[in-house]
Amino acid sequence: MRKFALIAVPYSWLLALFLIPFLIVFKISLSDIALAIPPYTPTIKDGFGALIKGLDFENFVFLTTDDLYYKAYLSSLKIALISTLLTLLVGYPMAYAMARAPDEWRATLMMLVILPFWTSFLIRVYAWIGILSNEGLLNQFLLWTGLISEPLTILNTNYAVYIGIVYTYLPFMILPIYATLERLDDSLIEAAEDLGCSRLSAFWLVTIPLSKTGIIAGCFLVFIPALGEFVIPSLLGGSGTLMIGKVLFEEFFNNRDWPVASAVAVILLLILIVPIVLFQRNQQKQAEAET
Amino acid sequence: MNTTVFAPWDSPTEKPLIRFQNVTKRFGDFVAIDNLTQDIYEKEFFALLGPSGCGKTTMMRMLAGFETVTEGSIELAGRDIAAVPPNQRAVNMMFQSYALFPHLSVYENIAFGLKRDKLPKDKIDARVSEMLKLTRLEKFARRKPHQISGGQRQRVALARSLAKGPKLLLLDEPLGALDKKLRQDTQFELMDIQETTGTTFVIVTHDQEEAMTVASRVAVMDEGRIIQVATPGGIYEAPDSVYVADFIGDVNIIKGTAKAVNKDQYFVDWGINQAPILATSERSFSDGQECHLAIRPEKISITKDKPEEAENAVQGKVLDIAYLGNLSTYHVEMPGGQIIKAQTANTRRLSRRDITWEDPVWIRWNATAGVLLAE
Repeated sequence: MRKFALIAVPYSWLLALFLIPFLIVFKISLSDIALAIPPYTPTIKDGFGALIKGLDFENFVFLTTDDLYYKAYLSSLKIALISTLLTLLVGYPMAYAMARAPDEWRATLMMLVILPFWTSFLIRVYAWIGILSNEGLLNQFLLWTGLISEPLTILNTNYAVYIGIVYTYLPFMILPIYATLERLDDSLIEAAEDLGCSRLSAFWLVTIPLSKTGIIAGCFLVFIPALGEFVIPSLLGGSGTLMIGKVLFEEFFNNRDWPVASAVAVILLLILIVPIVLFQRNQQKQAEAET
Repeated sequence: MNTTVFAPWDSPTEKPLIRFQNVTKRFGDFVAIDNLTQDIYEKEFFALLGPSGCGKTTMMRMLAGFETVTEGSIELAGRDIAAVPPNQRAVNMMFQSYALFPHLSVYENIAFGLKRDKLPKDKIDARVSEMLKLTRLEKFARRKPHQISGGQRQRVALARSLAKGPKLLLLDEPLGALDKKLRQDTQFELMDIQETTGTTFVIVTHDQEEAMTVASRVAVMDEGRIIQVATPGGIYEAPDSVYVADFIGDVNIIKGTAKAVNKDQYFVDWGINQAPILATSERSFSDGQECHLAIRPEKISITKDKPEEAENAVQGKVLDIAYLGNLSTYHVEMPGGQIIKAQTANTRRLSRRDITWEDPVWIRWNATAGVLLAE
């Protein structure tokens, strides 16, 4: 009985905060747009029979007819993939340096990684506008050093989106990798060197494979939210930056087309299920390896 | 029958495999190794024995190349190895934690070093099979390290470090993680493998029993110095300092002053109203010089009646009896208050033993039983 109560807590949480909202969104995606409040039909007021009859997959069919949507999905995947890779390239050396730092430094370094969370995410993204704009800090600095003679256009391009995503999600990459590297036994590296490895090959053959679970966890923690990212592309990206989060926002607030926006959201979720399942499996494997 | 004893250290023509020459190692202000000079010969099983922090592990890590020498030089086969990085030394190490690669199978762990030498695949296969056979691990080749027992892991670590056929194998507390029974079996296995492969082994341990069992020579270390190097028998029977006598095994130390009797024979005055103890010694002492007589408990016998014609016999009272099953150690209090331990083998059943607590007893030993030490 106690066991049941214990399991019931997370499950009712999931039910209330994930499954029920999802079912509502799914229901709206099957409805039609209407000039009413709420802006779709049918609703529960029409009676259950009429409600069921009024639902169809029209909106999903619509998504396939307009190539804006699949282009947005593909472009989101591309941006999420590239920025995940960039985050890994920046984050791994940082995690490695943290794990190798003297013990008394580690807590401070960890603090510095987490510190940005103390400021609102939105404010930090706005701060990047100040840095990246044509008259921004970065351009002024580069002009001052004489490296460039004309300001670089970074803001409102995909580059700014990459910078924004890498910056925002860096801690999610660093922390799981740091956790695996910190546990790594130094004598394993010594053993590899003792058996004929150079420093570099010991890193490739021992350190990287043994931090694999951390790398995978970090990549998913960056990739999954980056795929549906809305704030960063709309603030830092330009008109050419096509991301599904932005499309969704526009459908919902600008066009007030809730059914199509819901259909976009349902497809996005279906796309995300694949990496989420893979991520879960990785976590499980890690847990098994530790026991 | 071939009766040559393996003792290259006694032969002046033999060239040592390893030469420590005036080696000093400092970590900041801390002196880990203090001006140490020592030769180790080929095919030796050399044990570094000492309490933790005595510098034995530092010595081993300098041989492996993980620590640099502050002063002095270390030669391996006549060549100074200071500039040789660990991955190019013909030295392999078995780590205390075994340091097996958890993501690789037993087979891949053993093959790891061979693959780094870019050997052809069939040669690697043959060598790994040979190692698996030597350590009786054929059945476990495909398992991962976490799927085998501690004893098997220890053997994998040994096989991996032997696979490249090093000139010198370093073993850092190799049996520390095993339980006592397994440790004893493994000690003999180690000796067998050392003999079969003919590799020079240097073992670091704080377990004196282990050092005595496996080693051809034992170096007792303390505070960055080697106090004494000798065969296990030599260390036990002829320690050259009170520190070594006290560190290895159980010992009675009787403090007194020496007085020459005959050639190599001394009387030791050790207490008021006590007959002086007769002891032989190859070291010479001047009359009245302070000396310490070290006698192992098993060399002292205990009787209820006064022994006849004993070279040394003292009466005392049984204070404590430590029953160890096969042996019993009696703590006998002397009239002056000093306690001397005497050990006997329990050849009779417990109920037939006739000495018990508070009994007045006689203990006796021969003049040659102990070692007379200056300090």
